[in-house]
Amino acid sequence: MDLNYTKEEQAFRTEVRQWLKETLPRELREKVRLGKRLAKADMELWHSLLNARGWLAPNWPQAYGGCEWNAVQRHIFEEEACLVHAPRSLPFGLSMLAPVLLAFGSEDQRQRFLPRILNGQHWWCQGYSEPGAGSDLAAVKTRAVREGDHYVVNGQKTWTTLGQHANWIFCLVRTDPDAKKQEGISFLLIDMQTPGVTVRPIVLIDGEPEVNEVFFENVRVPAENLVGEENKGWTYAKYLLTHERTNIAGVGFSNALLTTLKHVAGRVKSGGQLLAENPHFAARMAQAEIDLMAMATTNLRVVSAAAKGQAPGAESSMLKVKGTVIRQELTSLLRRAMGPDALPFQPDFLDGGSNAAALGPDHAAAAAPTYFNMRKLSIFGGSNEVQRTIITKAILGL
Amino acid sequence: MDFNLTEERAMLRDTLRRFLADKYSHENRRALIASSEPYDAEIYAELAELGVLGAMFREDQDGFGGEGFDLMVVFEEVGRAGVIEPVLPAVLAGGLIAALGNDRQRELVDEIIAGTHVAALAQGEAGARYDLNHVETTAVADGDAIVLNGIKTHVLYGAGAQTLVASARETGAAADMAGISLFLVPVNTPGVTVNGHRNMDGIPSATVTLDGVRLTDAARLGAAGEGLDALEAAVARGLTAICAEALGAMEAAKDLTISYLKERKQFGMPIGKFQALQHRMADMLIEVEQARSAVINLAGNLDQPRDVRKIHASAAKNLIGRAGALVAEECIQMHGGIGMTDEYALSHFARRLTMIDHLFGDSDYHLERFIALKAG
Repeated sequence: MDLNYTKEEQAFRTEVRQWLKETLPRELREKVRLGKRLAKADMELWHSLLNARGWLAPNWPQAYGGCEWNAVQRHIFEEEACLVHAPRSLPFGLSMLAPVLLAFGSEDQRQRFLPRILNGQHWWCQGYSEPGAGSDLAAVKTRAVREGDHYVVNGQKTWTTLGQHANWIFCLVRTDPDAKKQEGISFLLIDMQTPGVTVRPIVLIDGEPEVNEVFFENVRVPAENLVGEENKGWTYAKYLLTHERTNIAGVGFSNALLTTLKHVAGRVKSGGQLLAENPHFAARMAQAEIDLMAMATTNLRVVSAAAKGQAPGAESSMLKVKGTVIRQELTSLLRRAMGPDALPFQPDFLDGGSNAAALGPDHAAAAAPTYFNMRKLSIFGGSNEVQRTIITKAILGL
Repeated sequence: MDFNLTEERAMLRDTLRRFLADKYSHENRRALIASSEPYDAEIYAELAELGVLGAMFREDQDGFGGEGFDLMVVFEEVGRAGVIEPVLPAVLAGGLIAALGNDRQRELVDEIIAGTHVAALAQGEAGARYDLNHVETTAVADGDAIVLNGIKTHVLYGAGAQTLVASARETGAAADMAGISLFLVPVNTPGVTVNGHRNMDGIPSATVTLDGVRLTDAARLGAAGEGLDALEAAVARGLTAICAEALGAMEAAKDLTISYLKERKQFGMPIGKFQALQHRMADMLIEVEQARSAVINLAGNLDQPRDVRKIHASAAKNLIGRAGALVAEECIQMHGGIGMTDEYALSHFARRLTMIDHLFGDSDYHLERFIALKAG
């Protein structure tokens, strides 16, 4: 048992910290720090900066332009990036699709798609959930019928995050309606410029159209865009989900939230007393911090096992449940800390479209929207109920 | 002991529920929130006609209600339908005018009851958080005039009101209990600037700047420097209203969720068949019933001596804050993604429930006040 990072890991941390200090644009950092909404151009800028340094694809092999970082290095990078309020890089191409292409795609597909993820030419989104297939993902109904050298796709996807910015979508489609539900699914890559693809934004509880419905009406997709074998898509989908669950604990994000919360509690007063000195509020903050300290180590236990080659299994479900509960609690505390200043809805300020100062102190404008937005954490990527069922079966053996 | 409503209150509840079910669709409400109108004037006039505003006042104030249970009955329906229109100002500012006003000032109450005038309470300030006694806005005599200077924040329905009931300090330091007066300020008085916005839950609000606002002595509501007690009493009535409103929103959110658990199928069966969700729904029902009892306790003790009233106000607001968070979060979670969409009513109930916790003291604030009152 040794809780210390190795010398190499510490040197890596220093290198990352220095680079972030030199590279992260101030304006971008301020947007993230204040919980403002990032525009498409903001996200593209951050990707291009990471790509210029060769750090955009932490988990890819170097042969394809990746860093080949192990799980501990990735963890260090995420921790440092969150600490200085760097944007997150978008996972859809980088850590969802790419691992599937690397494991199951053809070499042609890797050569065609991976470089375009890095250079920003392709913005990917995820076509998994459907109105009737949420927690029960294998119930997907979107049909793909083979006609010569094309698939013709008809159906609907939903909850497609940032699909309004995307030009490519990876989809789970049903290719064999007669097989058992997990066995008739294929993994298909679809160019969203193809006639018949329609995107409709969905405004969420925080007032932002973060997710979309994507409709497919007789969309002709070249057969070469099938990943792996027909009807084997469920295997690839599950593989993707385990990759999605790396960093699922969100420890870095929670640390950044805790920093912001302490900053606010050290400035906002209730009844003449700073919140940080109010025994009741301080106790709640301390409890969240204690939970987070333990979570950081629980996360590292899983991460370091993964760095030694053991694939994270049902343990990632544990990280997801507890990690999201802690993160949600922190956003709840931040909202409460703001008192009545959490009330106003200030979309112009949050969009950065207005130079007008926000009502209330720093962090007030985003406090309630962020709290509401983060309710999604326990819903997406396999709801916390689904994760508990996985734990029940895979770890408890019940 | 009788937990049944009087015939009159039951009739008001039924009429109001029918009217809102008929007229107040979620789509209309969303369109209203997206518009620049603070509220729907036509609906408001109809609510006045139904007697909703009259029920906020006692008979000797020209109303026909005014008791805690009148507030409870009306606001439970307000919460169930997510009403945006300014019923709460009638309780807060309207209640203060009725309680403290001289004959001339009380003429406004008749207009409020008729739905032709909105008076908004302007008590909030940047440094005050939830403390009513924290007043930095000043009221200084200048010859025959009284001059107000300061910024009032989070003035609910400030956009759309014709009159403000503003707290201002005549003597003492920022957080002193004495020295606070209340003033009737027509919004068209020179020096008054109302900057409107909407809150997260769609309720119109405003920041009001009072810059050398010259009033006459006739604008003072009640005795000079003695406004705090009346303000606290009016806010206790306001707390009854918003606690009952939260109760209605909880009932509505719970009903939506029960229906969804029965309809939504995953893994080949309605998700309501999963015991993991059934037990959580049962816990929610228990909490909502507890919330109802807390509102009843407050409504029934509203006219008790000050400390008794305050204990029940804090108990109810604390419990409602906790139950409201539970219901909002659990209903969203059990719905999944659909519960987070603006198109679906649940997210609106969740927003209202959450924002009610940020009005007139959150669950933490009232827990501390409860402890202090019990210790005293």
